[in-house]
Amino acid sequence: MKEIVILSGKGGTGKTSIVGSFAALAKRKVLADCDVDAADLHLLLSPSLKQESEFWSGQVACIDEDKCTQCGLCQDLCRFGAIKDFRVDPVSCEGCGFCSHICPVEAITMRENMSGYWFISDTRYGPLVHARLGIAQENSGKLVAMVRQHAKQIAEEQSLDYIISDGPPGIGCPVISSLSGASLALLVTEPTLSGIHDLERVLGVCRHFDIPALVCINKSDLNEDNARRIESYCSTQGVEVGSKIPFDNVVTEALVRGVPVVEYADGRVSQEICTMWQKVSQ
Amino acid sequence: MIISIASGKGGTGKTLVATNLALSTKDANGVQLLDCDVEEPNDHVFLKPAITGSEAVSIAVPKVDEDRCTYCGKCAEVCAYNAIAVLGNHVLIFPQLCHGCGACSYLCPEEAISEESRETGVAEWGQSDGVSFVQGKLTVGEAMAPPVIRRVKEYANNDGTVIIDVPPGTSCPVVEAVKGSDFCILVTEPTPFGLNDLALAVETVRELHIPCGVVLNRTGIGDSKVEEYCQKEDIPILLTIPLDTEIARLYSQGIPLVEGLPQWKNSFLELFNRVKEMVDERNRDTQR
Repeated sequence: MKEIVILSGKGGTGKTSIVGSFAALAKRKVLADCDVDAADLHLLLSPSLKQESEFWSGQVACIDEDKCTQCGLCQDLCRFGAIKDFRVDPVSCEGCGFCSHICPVEAITMRENMSGYWFISDTRYGPLVHARLGIAQENSGKLVAMVRQHAKQIAEEQSLDYIISDGPPGIGCPVISSLSGASLALLVTEPTLSGIHDLERVLGVCRHFDIPALVCINKSDLNEDNARRIESYCSTQGVEVGSKIPFDNVVTEALVRGVPVVEYADGRVSQEICTMWQKVSQ
Repeated sequence: MIISIASGKGGTGKTLVATNLALSTKDANGVQLLDCDVEEPNDHVFLKPAITGSEAVSIAVPKVDEDRCTYCGKCAEVCAYNAIAVLGNHVLIFPQLCHGCGACSYLCPEEAISEESRETGVAEWGQSDGVSFVQGKLTVGEAMAPPVIRRVKEYANNDGTVIIDVPPGTSCPVVEAVKGSDFCILVTEPTPFGLNDLALAVETVRELHIPCGVVLNRTGIGDSKVEEYCQKEDIPILLTIPLDTEIARLYSQGIPLVEGLPQWKNSFLELFNRVKEMVDERNRDTQR
């Protein structure tokens, strides 16, 4: 079984459109949406929900006003500035529990925090594991780990060949959680200076965790000079550029209709995505 | 006045709006741009600031004095992040899991735990063409962005105009970057992905009780559902930017829109003035 995670560093380079098309092209796979902050893959795959589960993770401090003597020790010791005027700001609270341990009158308790949902759905392309982190919640990395764990379980139970994960933007906690232990990272970039800068950083994360990477330059004809810069950068890094997808409005048109672009149009965009899938799936 | 630029979905044009807003308003009043997208900071690509100073961002992680330690296990018991384990006569510390809360060192009955700093990123500052600039950079391989964001925000000049470029998403790094703002500009695009993630971003800023407005980027593609949503939710659309090959070309080369196409400067000034009016009006309402 091969686990392929699609990342980009910079957001909006086309990760989800490519994963949607891979869903249509790949046989025997499970799909995982690891962008739990702003999950979009379901908009292309029209899932029917099979299972919905609550995601409980982390804790939030709670002060019992009747017991509190307003001594102020918790406010002085909290390093996250989460206690002001003897009240806890749940958004700032990191759930460390320090305050509950040191309160001299035991007025502080830690409450479990329901921080989102995860789902298993059926799609016409196969099973999809996805999630929704609660608004302004922490622990997105743990929710990503939960999504991957269930995708893996489904892949094992059904003896599937691929796990295809749509990753989050950035290089921090949810990205690391999506990436660690995967078989391959496909890095989708665009020929802009921002895209190049962000590609360098996300490739650094792949190196750090020793995950092989392959690069795809999306909208490559928007700036041919920058596309060549990316190719030469990748060759100095020993990373293959698997495909160059031209800019085409059909990608947005397909998205508006809620279908993967390879099912909507058979021009160059779709041909390049097919080539990319062949390389990724080898 | 603090204006943050957020989006939910990545790649909708936060950096475009943040940098051009800063460059358009710099003449009128001192303006400061804080790049809080510390995982992938890109404002510097457009502003090309001369960096004049930097400071390491670190968190305090525990260090155990084995001579004093009795292996009682209190530190492991109080650590909410499983960053310390006591196994027999060994204390194992996992610095990457540590949030630096300080509970273990404070609560150790033998006073055997001190703290040492572990660097997770850097804050840098400088000037660019009249804009005072600060950015944070999370070290590659590190997971936790919020401490770096917190440090960048400590440099905010609360007397003038502060523009904050926020990371994409809706979780803790976004909250850390946006909280304390007087107004949040949400940048989106007219597609189903743009709409879905805009709705999540709106919920996030509402949770933080921060007023918001929308900049709609790359109009001319997609559909009209974002506009319908904004009308229904009573969220003003403050500026629209068309899908345009010249704008895309300037962006790809790292040239600010207001430099390549100076006629845009007025649009960004108007955007700033509309935001300022709304903030002033809200402040008057709360004073009443």
